[in-house]
Amino acid sequence: MPCQARDFDTLDRRLIDSYQRGLPVCTRPFHTVAERLGTSEAEVIARLERLQSLGVLSRVGPVFDHTRAGASLLAAVAVPESERDAFAALINAAPGVNHNYAREHDYNLWFVMTAPDAPELEARLETLEVRLGVPVLRLPMLEGFHIDLSFPIPWAELEDA
Amino acid sequence: MTVAIPIVVEPDRQLGEPAAQHRLRVLLEQGLPLSPRPWQILAEQSGLTEDEVMTCVRRWQAEGLIKRLGLVVRHRRLGIQANAMVVWDVPDTRVAEVGRRLARETAVTLCYRRPRRLPDWPYNLFCMLHGTRREWVLAELATIVERHGLGDIECRVLFSQHAYRQCGGRYAREGDA
Repeated sequence: MPCQARDFDTLDRRLIDSYQRGLPVCTRPFHTVAERLGTSEAEVIARLERLQSLGVLSRVGPVFDHTRAGASLLAAVAVPESERDAFAALINAAPGVNHNYAREHDYNLWFVMTAPDAPELEARLETLEVRLGVPVLRLPMLEGFHIDLSFPIPWAELEDA
Repeated sequence: MTVAIPIVVEPDRQLGEPAAQHRLRVLLEQGLPLSPRPWQILAEQSGLTEDEVMTCVRRWQAEGLIKRLGLVVRHRRLGIQANAMVVWDVPDTRVAEVGRRLARETAVTLCYRRPRRLPDWPYNLFCMLHGTRREWVLAELATIVERHGLGDIECRVLFSQHAYRQCGGRYAREGDA
């Protein structure tokens, strides 16, 4: 179950809206954030801990550029819909998988495979392909037009939904 | 044609031993400790000083290895559950222009060119659209198609049905850290 927008007060929302990027790199970053938001360092840390324990934040930290932080690619497989969960579990068990979604298409499982370098990436894909017994569609990024993952949260829409 | 080739970022010998920088990279993938002095904790764990850690992070930001630093939100947990991957079969001569146009749309959170895999997969441009409701995402897509005159380009919308995993990259080799 997703969280409800009403679970997040103004301070939570300001933290999320203001700091998906630009966390200061200084000795006490949460102190600086607290000063800007007019609260205390302890309060900021407590809020972040709560958001993390609710699963709203996967982490507070850097997002690395995939194309420079090692090798990665988007991959897809077409599997019988009735066995989708079992195939998804095999994919999740493979090293380097960091996203894995079911989508509405014949290619119904989509995942991102990562590795320290290109040969290791291909080795991981080949191992997984054998385990799955179906061909893996390999779709590396050729050109990125927009690689910023931060996204304005539509709080008002969430309250209406 | 621009092909993304992984760039090996050379460790800076002024900033501690290269192995320590690598340990820092691996630790950073797990996120910062939520503590008043997070860089100090990472420094102790990686074998660098706090100053060296902050200098490394600033350098990686300047080099573009770190795209952003902050709260990494799981949108689905917030109820932003309509996550659509829209794929387009754009003539090669137009793909860069269409990609740049889509990327400027605020509703578009990612936009990449990828190879076609014929005959199974004819689509060469991918973008992500997020929203609270499926019909709103489709309405947004219709607006975008209209605004940029993309009606003649074949596209498919692949909504997500289930997230089996959604987490940050793990680039470290097994046994690292």
